Amino acid sequence: MTNLMKSLLVGTALTAVTATTAMADGVELEVTHWWTSGGEAAAVSKFAEAWNATGNTWVDGAIAGSGGTARPIIISRILGGDPMAATQLNHGRQAQELIEAGLLLDLTDVAEAGGWTDIVNPSSLLDACTLDGKIFCVPINIHSAQWIWLSHDAYENAGLEVPSDWNEFVASAGDLEAAGTLPLAMGQQGWQQSIAFGAITLAVAGLDAWKGVNVDKNADVARGPEYTAAFEAVASARALASESAVQDWNLATNMVITGQAGAQIMGDWAQGEFAVAEQVEGEDYSCLPGLGLNAVLDTGGDAFYFPVNDDPEITATQKELAALLISPEAQVSFNLAKGSLPVRGDIDMSAANGCMQKGLEILASGGVLPSADISFSADTQTQIEDLMAQFWTSDMSAAEAQASYADLIENAD
Amino acid sequence: MPDMTNSTMTGPRGPKPKKSFSRANIFLYGTLIMVSMYYLLPLYVMVVTSLKGMPEIRMGNVFSPPMEVTFEPWVKAWSEACTGINCDGLSRGFGNSVRILIPSILLSIGIASINGYALSNWKFKGSEVFFTILIIGAFIPYQTMLYPIVIMLREIGLMGSIGGLVLVHTVFGMPILTLLFRNYFASIPEELFKAARVDGAGFWQIYFQIMLPMALPIFVVAIILQVTGIWNDFLFGVIYTKPATYPMTVQLNNIVNSVQGIKEYNVNMAATLLTGLVPLVIYFASGKLFVRGIAAGAVKG
Amino acid sequence: MTVTSDPPVQHAKRPSRLFKNLMAKLASIPMILTALVVFVGGTTWTVVYSFTGSRMLPKTNWVGFDQYERLWDSDRWIISIKNLGIYGSCSMILTLVIGFTLAACLDRKIRFESAFRTIFLYPFALSFVVTGLAWQWILNPDFGLQNVVRGWGWETFNFNPINDPDTVIFGLLIAGLWQGTGLIMCIMLAGLRGIDEDIWKAARVDGIGTVKTYVFVIIPMMRPVFVTSLVLIASGIIKLYDLVVAQTGGGPGLASEVPAKYVIEFMFRAQNLGQGFAASTMMLCSVVIILIPWAYLEFGGRKRA
Repeated sequence: MTNLMKSLLVGTALTAVTATTAMADGVELEVTHWWTSGGEAAAVSKFAEAWNATGNTWVDGAIAGSGGTARPIIISRILGGDPMAATQLNHGRQAQELIEAGLLLDLTDVAEAGGWTDIVNPSSLLDACTLDGKIFCVPINIHSAQWIWLSHDAYENAGLEVPSDWNEFVASAGDLEAAGTLPLAMGQQGWQQSIAFGAITLAVAGLDAWKGVNVDKNADVARGPEYTAAFEAVASARALASESAVQDWNLATNMVITGQAGAQIMGDWAQGEFAVAEQVEGEDYSCLPGLGLNAVLDTGGDAFYFPVNDDPEITATQKELAALLISPEAQVSFNLAKGSLPVRGDIDMSAANGCMQKGLEILASGGVLPSADISFSADTQTQIEDLMAQFWTSDMSAAEAQASYADLIENAD
Repeated sequence: MPDMTNSTMTGPRGPKPKKSFSRANIFLYGTLIMVSMYYLLPLYVMVVTSLKGMPEIRMGNVFSPPMEVTFEPWVKAWSEACTGINCDGLSRGFGNSVRILIPSILLSIGIASINGYALSNWKFKGSEVFFTILIIGAFIPYQTMLYPIVIMLREIGLMGSIGGLVLVHTVFGMPILTLLFRNYFASIPEELFKAARVDGAGFWQIYFQIMLPMALPIFVVAIILQVTGIWNDFLFGVIYTKPATYPMTVQLNNIVNSVQGIKEYNVNMAATLLTGLVPLVIYFASGKLFVRGIAAGAVKG
Repeated sequence: MTVTSDPPVQHAKRPSRLFKNLMAKLASIPMILTALVVFVGGTTWTVVYSFTGSRMLPKTNWVGFDQYERLWDSDRWIISIKNLGIYGSCSMILTLVIGFTLAACLDRKIRFESAFRTIFLYPFALSFVVTGLAWQWILNPDFGLQNVVRGWGWETFNFNPINDPDTVIFGLLIAGLWQGTGLIMCIMLAGLRGIDEDIWKAARVDGIGTVKTYVFVIIPMMRPVFVTSLVLIASGIIKLYDLVVAQTGGGPGLASEVPAKYVIEFMFRAQNLGQGFAASTMMLCSVVIILIPWAYLEFGGRKRA
């Protein structure tokens, strides 16, 4: 009798165990991010598909309205002790204090097992994830901001050649305007105006001056003649964009896609919007890295962080996800959809289109710069963006803007 | 004729207009109708826009009625609009909003009515001080408290849960509701309270047997205020919940800001109307009570 | 009235007096906790940490008044304050004027009173997010008001308070008034209904005109109603945030930034808690300066009366 009871009990216990393991196979991980535009959503679904294919479940926690809206929510949830399993942040200094407070998962073992130090290119991306020799994030992609996107439709309608660099674009702007086309589309938000400012300074002031300000934080360079020229160039760009009455970046991109505007200065993520609109690079639109003058790109981008969790099962699954995100297949499919560059140099990106190929070449040749997310704190960046928002939407003189900018650089951290 | 005024207690108290078609009257009704148009315009534009297709929106103006009525935007806003890779529209947020709303209303009104009762009938040393702090608290910008509350919710383990958000709504609804109930209970003749005390009735007895039945109108007002307030909340919803528990307003913001290609104004307007529907229905259904309650609560403050 | 509630107890009382008082105190615990822990505790915490150099996480690295110096040096903060000043004074005056005028109109024994009242008040049921989105769409230069008026033949008509930095504040004002005047109208109407009919009769006997009666007799009598309205409007103005975010996002550029938005953005986007706390402390100061005298008169004073 007792034996029967025992075996029955063991039997139930066994089924219970198998049931839990079966559950363990399908762990739900909630992932927050702010990828909600057409191209971005297409890209993130590649990750979700790959993750769901492993038997786990991707619970999507998209937050609309760009990083500025999403970051507070992400950070307050991590601080509030109810973290998501994984979250997007820009790599760089955004998460530094969270790491110091011990709120983010140490991924060093995953990184060693995957040999991340050998495959991640440029290696500065992994450095941005590293604190005290430990790795805390998975770099996902490389985004560079120094691109100009040109509409072939707009130039054909005006009977003009499509420019091949920033100077030609400025020269053609008058004719474009005469033909009733807005020369430069610009979303009226500080971060977009700041991106345009960065791209124009890199092209006009040159690489050395740019590095002097953005890497060495030398305020004298920011007061110097190179930057005076750059600020004047930005002031004239401001005139070209004065009729641009949109706010969101992808609405500005849409003006280029539809030929309402001649060009937009925007990061390489604009690529995704052209792809969704089924436009072909070289036929419908052109892209010029470094505004066609300086073939260098910065290496900002996104990374995934994994908040610390008490549940060892979730921790194990988090590490599984970390490994998956950087796997060659996931990297290729995600980055092709998003229009960004992969973080590893050892994968086949031949399916990439012309714009991405240009980026890949620059990356391979080592023409890389640190991104603003890495060199400046969020605080300094916000101040620069505020200044740019003010400069682009008022009649503030170039000299005045330059003086304020130099002051910010002097106090930058 | 002007002296024949025979108004009831609730009727208008102003002088009666002299003639039906006097110049003053035409001016009066003209003004009211003009102003009404300003108030009705947005509702009209929202409804009209939500019934148009995108091509029509791109060519037309916002005021023209739809040439071809389509309910597509409504369907899309309710169940198909995407945020990230979730394409289930507002429907998910609706359930969450209801789950947040009901306990928040019960808890906040329950506590506030007891507060108001204690403050008007059972003053104790310091009660006015706490009340003054509470009232000043109502004017503190919520932003000042966001961060400390994250920490408090973490300490009691309610961060991210519906329970935590209910607590936040209770706390921030307390000042205005307490004020409302305090003023209402203060307007109840004190003799009633004294008589009950002489009969030996205690705190809860008086509350449940005398005060509560008399306070029904103010409860209705409190419910209306809280339904609109909590349903329309965005800031707390976005900070203290997570995607699985997002209320409808947060979903609305997500849908409106998830621009894919061109802004779909028709879907946005349908989503906006859907989100505003619950408070609007409550408001239209309770119109007169709402006005009466404000009269009872605010004016005597 | 307050003082009287204690003495009668003395007669009816048994040893249960303490117990009964205790019950009131026990029942007030949620209120006391809210007042002390959340409101006093939370704001004190914020004020204390505004003197630190906290970035993403609160830390006690004291920096004195540095955050405040930087705050008042910041163009954006100054712009925010100015915007709030313009919006606030316009909103205050217009809300009171419109609210009172509408209430007076409705109080003149007109037909369809409840229909008009319903129309004026319904926006109050809608959130600022909804309000902002609706008006953003109506004021859209390519489809909305500007386009329509131009379509009527007035080609040079220029009204673009969404994208024009000089008028954007008035775009917000139009939306804010639309949402908020109904409530004030309602309160004013209730106040008017509370005025004795005899006042009107007396005014008529004395041959005082209608407008004059309103201005010189009725309005002074409605002082408490105006105070309540004023406080309600003022608290709404200082909290102005959702509407700006939904309608303009603070743009174009910095043209429609407001202090509450500065606080949020520095706390979370710029990850500079100290700066955000300093800004919210300044907001708190202005609230306290406005409110303490009022609260003293309204609540403290009555105790003595």
